[in-house]
Amino acid sequence: MIDITSLSKSFKHSHVLRDVNVHVPDHSVTAVIGPNGSGKTTFMKCILGLVRPDSGTISINGISAIGSAQGRRELGYMSQIAQYPDNLTPLDLFAMIERVRSTTSTRKTALIERFDLGPHLKKPMRALSGGTRQKVGAIIALMFEPRVLLLDEPTAGLDPISTGVLKDLIMDTRANGATVLITSHVLSEIQELADRAIFLHEGTKVFDGTVATLLAQTGDATLERSIATMMLDAQQKQRAS
Amino acid sequence: MKLATLLVLLLAVQTLGATTIRVVKGGTVAQAFARAQAGDTVHIAAGVYQETDLVIGVRCTVLGASGAVIDAHKRGSSVISVHADDVLIRGLTIRNVAVAYTEDNAAIKVYDRRRITIERCTVENGYFGIYLSKSEDCTIAYNVLRSSGKEESSTGNGIHLWTSRNILVEGNDVRGWRDGIYFEFVHHGTVLSNHSESNNRYGLHFMFSDSCSYKHNAFVNNGSGVAVMFTHEVYMEDNLFQDNWGDAAYGILLKEITRGHMVNCRFVRNSIAIHAEGATSILIEGCEFRYNGYAMRMMGNCIGNTIRNCVFDGNTFDVTTNSTTSLNTFHRNFWSAYEGYDLNKDGIGDVPHHPVRLYSMLVEQIPSSVMLMHSLFISILDVAEQVMPSVTPETFVDVSPRMRPPRSRP
Amino acid sequence: MIGKLLGFALKDIARSKWVLLYVFFFILLTEGLLRFTAGEAKTVVGLMNIVLLLIPLGASMFGTLHLHNSREFIELILTQPVRRSSVFAALWLGVVIPFLAAFTLGVGIPMAAHGLIADPTIVALMVSGNVLTIVFFALSFLVGIVIADKAMSMGVAFVMWLFFAVLYDGLILWVSVQYADYPLEEATIAMVVLNPVDLARIVVTLTSDHAALMGYTGAVFNQFFGTMRGILISAGSLVLWTAVPLWFAKRAFDKRDW
Repeated sequence: MIDITSLSKSFKHSHVLRDVNVHVPDHSVTAVIGPNGSGKTTFMKCILGLVRPDSGTISINGISAIGSAQGRRELGYMSQIAQYPDNLTPLDLFAMIERVRSTTSTRKTALIERFDLGPHLKKPMRALSGGTRQKVGAIIALMFEPRVLLLDEPTAGLDPISTGVLKDLIMDTRANGATVLITSHVLSEIQELADRAIFLHEGTKVFDGTVATLLAQTGDATLERSIATMMLDAQQKQRAS
Repeated sequence: MKLATLLVLLLAVQTLGATTIRVVKGGTVAQAFARAQAGDTVHIAAGVYQETDLVIGVRCTVLGASGAVIDAHKRGSSVISVHADDVLIRGLTIRNVAVAYTEDNAAIKVYDRRRITIERCTVENGYFGIYLSKSEDCTIAYNVLRSSGKEESSTGNGIHLWTSRNILVEGNDVRGWRDGIYFEFVHHGTVLSNHSESNNRYGLHFMFSDSCSYKHNAFVNNGSGVAVMFTHEVYMEDNLFQDNWGDAAYGILLKEITRGHMVNCRFVRNSIAIHAEGATSILIEGCEFRYNGYAMRMMGNCIGNTIRNCVFDGNTFDVTTNSTTSLNTFHRNFWSAYEGYDLNKDGIGDVPHHPVRLYSMLVEQIPSSVMLMHSLFISILDVAEQVMPSVTPETFVDVSPRMRPPRSRP
Repeated sequence: MIGKLLGFALKDIARSKWVLLYVFFFILLTEGLLRFTAGEAKTVVGLMNIVLLLIPLGASMFGTLHLHNSREFIELILTQPVRRSSVFAALWLGVVIPFLAAFTLGVGIPMAAHGLIADPTIVALMVSGNVLTIVFFALSFLVGIVIADKAMSMGVAFVMWLFFAVLYDGLILWVSVQYADYPLEEATIAMVVLNPVDLARIVVTLTSDHAALMGYTGAVFNQFFGTMRGILISAGSLVLWTAVPLWFAKRAFDKRDW
């Protein structure tokens, strides 16, 4: 689980996150949604420790994630655009992360097989296609059976087979009791995977609850419609103020 | 050494009025010199003679056989003093001359004599080597002079001449003295084909010695190089000044020298090849300056000198001065730093060369700026000054710089 | 942890060919100078000019560039349970160590082959090159971390090099001309000690034959560098030029958003 209180972050003069309070429970897939520039990626990066918040607290399974590396021990992350050191091979990367964590992954071989990465293991990253790199990212995120999984646009660039594999793995992770946070532009994907949603608009949390509640609140039949309604509402409120 | 076993073996052979006196092992040179009559020849056979304060009192010839050594053991004063004219000393080896700070002890000392010849002698570990005072028409030739004095004050000079005339110094090899060859008030001296190396102070040092000439000598790796002062009419030809490197080392220091002529001399790897102060009317031609720190440092009081057909190659500074005007003439020299062109292909660059770098002017005026040596900023500044001269003296100019070095001498 | 990360940082840079290029450049340069310049003194001066110019420039530009090019590596590692300070240390050492080795081998191999490796001037030159590598990688890391924009930080790194390698000497000269009537030796020492490039240049020059051309000022400098106080002050300056930028760089790295 992830607990976030009063999280604020601004870059230069723009407030990206304003006083965000969120509780993300175990055993769930929570979608972070919102229009472009709503602060989704910054939100995720704050949890990861890549972005240092101006104020607020973040704890991952009870361990503070700000300024401490320990919280990330149970965390897996897959980034939006998979970029890795050019000269290292996937094998190097896996080995590096294993060494950094001082453990070996029992799952690595199985994951490599499922994503069919075998032929690319010894090629430098720069020689790999975007989709293949994305697979490497997925394996890195999942190889230690994380208790907390953060996925930023995970299926972008993945082929349909790998997308299916990834989705199955996400559901497995949840089934094992993990906390999963995901952002995606593919709303059907969110509808398929997520049981909870956090809606961010201009850095402010607009909604936080189950997908069912969201649908009920807006009175729409699909998540897509429901989100559109929510965006329009938020824009109107902003204009009014 | 057991004195009891000494035998006196002096053999006198009378031939045509002149006697040959032989000194052999066990005999003494002193007795031989004492016995010698005018015109006699003293033969000294191989062997070490532990003697000093020997005096040659009559016109005679002294011949040392190969291996004939007089060892003074640093006792007494001068080892051999010549008190007669027309003496020839040849082939002797003299070693361990006594060091004295009040007296100029020498291996061979000549005072107020005429026509003395000292040749093919060897001096090892002298205080002074060969010392001539108030003498005329003498020859010092093909001697090998060695000293190992570590300090300037505990060594004298290899060849020391004071107030003498018409002396030939030729083919000597002089190393390890205070000054290798020292002239003071010497006139009409000729210094030929000597090699003066590793002396503590100067390889050659002369003062007030007019009308002397120096040819085919080499002055190498001396503590302070060569210094010549207060002298008129010096002729120098084909001398080599090399590796005289140090804080105060000069290839040659010209101080108050007038009407000199320096031809075909070579200056290689000296910290300052020529340092000229109060040098006037000197013609320097056909000389080569290679890889020196400063090739030519001309102070403002140098007037009427001409530098022509010389080669300046690879020196850190070619010419420096502390003056903004020059009354000296440079022409037809080759400068490796010259970057002009020769459109009419006559071998002479079409634009004048200014050999004084801006930075060298700076160093003369603000000594602390020497710390910027090899700075990129300084190189940029120098290039800028070459393109648009503003500080460097316009009159320090070679209007006809050569595109190639003049043909080397035969 | 630093050791583990360093292993991968070194592996990454070892495959980038830049370092290999650097080794071969210095081997060719040194060998070329040894063969084609007349006299050892000329070789040393030529090598010194290039070392003093290229090492600060190379370290400034490459250090900054490397930080930007390592963005992926940094972001990947930072999502792992690793302290930022360890990542920073590994990154810095991961570039400094290969360049120190490359320079030392590049100059050292030809010098050793020519039997000059124990020559005091060569030793001074090699030590200076190593110190400059360390100092300028510290400075360039500061620039690379503080300025997030790649082009901008490369520009700043270049200006920084220009200042230390060129403009600073202009400043010394300007002060020397302005106060030409005063004894300037001590002021010059102070100014030189404050610039690592000048410090390296003077130390190498003073150990070389060219010390003889520096007259009284050179003697004053020699005396300064010959005392324990002078050595400590110079070493202190170099340590500060490494430690202060590194400390600020580490602080900025700790606070930086990726």
